[in-house]
Amino acid sequence: MDPILDIKDLRDEEFIVNMGPQHPSTHGVLRLMLRIDGEFIRGMTPHVGYLHRSIEKIAENRTYNQFMPYTDRIDYCASMPCNQAWAVAIEKLAAIEVPERAEYIRVIMVELNRIASHLLYLGIMSLDLGAITPFLYTFREREQVLDLFEMTCGQRLTYNYIRIGGVARDLTPEFDKTCRAFLKEFRKKIEDYEAILTQNPIFLGRTKGVGVIPIELAKAAGVSGPTIRGSNYEWDIRKVEPYSVYPKFDFKIPTGKNGDVWDRYMVRIEEFRQSCNIIEQAINGLPEGDSVKAKLPAVFKPPKGEVFSRIEAPRGEMGYYVVSTGDKKPYRVKIRTASFGNLQVLAPITIGWKIADLVAIFGSLDVVLPEVDR
Amino acid sequence: MFEFDKLLLNIYHTLQVWFTANNIPLIWLDLGVMLFAAIAILSALLLLTLFLVWWERKVSAHIQDRLGPMRTGPHGVLQTIIDTVKLMEKEDTIPASADRKVFFWAPVLAFAAAFMGYVVIPFGKGLIARDLNIGILYIIAITTFTVISLLMAGYASNNKYALLGGMRSAAQIVSYEVPLTLSVLGAVMLAGTLSMNGIVEAQGPYFWRWYWLPQILGFGIYFIAATAEANRTPFDLPEAEQELVAGFNIEYSGMKFAMFFLAEFVNMFTISAIATTLFLGGWQPPLPGLSFIPSWAWFMGKTLFLVFVLMWFRWTYPRLRVDQLMDFAWKFLLPLAFINILLTGLGVYIFK
Repeated sequence: MDPILDIKDLRDEEFIVNMGPQHPSTHGVLRLMLRIDGEFIRGMTPHVGYLHRSIEKIAENRTYNQFMPYTDRIDYCASMPCNQAWAVAIEKLAAIEVPERAEYIRVIMVELNRIASHLLYLGIMSLDLGAITPFLYTFREREQVLDLFEMTCGQRLTYNYIRIGGVARDLTPEFDKTCRAFLKEFRKKIEDYEAILTQNPIFLGRTKGVGVIPIELAKAAGVSGPTIRGSNYEWDIRKVEPYSVYPKFDFKIPTGKNGDVWDRYMVRIEEFRQSCNIIEQAINGLPEGDSVKAKLPAVFKPPKGEVFSRIEAPRGEMGYYVVSTGDKKPYRVKIRTASFGNLQVLAPITIGWKIADLVAIFGSLDVVLPEVDR
Repeated sequence: MFEFDKLLLNIYHTLQVWFTANNIPLIWLDLGVMLFAAIAILSALLLLTLFLVWWERKVSAHIQDRLGPMRTGPHGVLQTIIDTVKLMEKEDTIPASADRKVFFWAPVLAFAAAFMGYVVIPFGKGLIARDLNIGILYIIAITTFTVISLLMAGYASNNKYALLGGMRSAAQIVSYEVPLTLSVLGAVMLAGTLSMNGIVEAQGPYFWRWYWLPQILGFGIYFIAATAEANRTPFDLPEAEQELVAGFNIEYSGMKFAMFFLAEFVNMFTISAIATTLFLGGWQPPLPGLSFIPSWAWFMGKTLFLVFVLMWFRWTYPRLRVDQLMDFAWKFLLPLAFINILLTGLGVYIFK
């Protein structure tokens, strides 16, 4: 039985609150059993699984190409990296050479999606702290990124754009101009977000020193992405295990100092700027070429074997472990998602803080529930 | 554009003459006047609330780069009326395990407490329902009633979130009541009276003689504490959506919810009206030459400006945490309010 539900030792002042699955700030359908003493949280058990769609099992019954649209649904806030992670894994398994232009387009798309995903984080995080206006501001800019995606692949949420061996189609002629205009505009908007939040005394009071993740705990729990970088640990798959054409670009890995909510916020703000740099370099260096997709046989069968490959998704490390028997369908697929690891630290770092802090900490972890449950 | 006070006085005197001529005791006339004042204030405030709800939506929309309501009437001015109709049509549910009587009376009390303060607010020259000689004391006593209604709502709903919201509001309003009362004292000391009309008249029609200048500290403390009293962001912890879903009013629906909602907006107007009366010269024009604009227009203009500032707060700031809220009241505002009283006392002693 759930230890916090064991009411034998429940003191008079304490009571148990079932926060979620329907709650405004559980970002989907997370259920938190809270043991509360007034405003203080004395115990907590997160329950996941409300969005389980058995995507890994579905993968065993689809061909490699057919599974691509399902990867979109793993993290609906950042579908491009999910697509890319699957494509990179299969390309590694079957040793497929991807046209360089396609690699550049992938980088542009994934970094744009990183911006869109961090914008979502920023908006919802400030909403969780009670500031409603930044939410609307970030959605305004996110809309422009989605317009760019719509221009490229016709979709706004689940793109299914990156394919095994390349991308679905080339960029449209007007993409270059629109994207440059967006980047120019967006750099100014980052200053606006900082003006309304970064030095706001109430925001500082709510985030500084709150929800510190010690680096040992982060490593033990498998935390990755901006969440572990906030704890002053330089861990980014784009640098430590380069894939695609990332080694050709010049960018920094921002890290925080203390690992509190504010550091994780600052890391993501800085990643906006780094992503803008990467996109700019990619647009400038975009190689010419007719082909954006490697030629694959009509019935695609990768050789027998197994592979694990990982990429840096907006929320952290995303990896696919694929076992192939040489058939046209994978024998087994295991998906490693960042949110699941990041959610593991929620209970240990929140106990002892207040309900209001729980909301701030959970917002700062930037967990997307479908990615946790898959 | 004209002043109402002479017109109303003329009507009153004519009626007085008519009552005496027909041998009707004058007590009936006074009762009738009271009834008239109550109905006038109630209807004026309801109309004002309709406007304020629409205005808040418009202000928030424009701050957030949106348009807000646009479909119902020009620029959506009829939106609140439509919303009210919708709320009235809604099913009025009472949770099975709720304390039914307390559950029913909580919104009524919130609504009543919000309106009772208007007895002593001078809307214009001579436009005051009862010029009590303890006016400001009465208002402070009455507005605190809100906390009882919120506690009742939180307790009666039999919901954990509602209970937490009720407890938060009790702690918050009781704490902020102290610096609020102390900050008001400064203005009272300067005016030498507790009557609201007296305080306005003591300030005179020169904007540099209004109490915002000598009482700049008191004005700031009052406005911050009053924001907390009215449960507005950044002090809207009792109904913090992201933490307590909706706080004390989580189980309320239909017209009962609307009453809490109305009370919130009326409270917002009340605290702005008190701030106007105490610190911004009430219905006095900023310069004697500007008195061709009627006094009630000056009062409304100043008050609505303060209401706008409150809305501006709400759509800019994040929310405080419970302990930060308490620290701010007891460790910062309260000592500051005492210093303000001390300085005011010294000033009154030296300069008068």
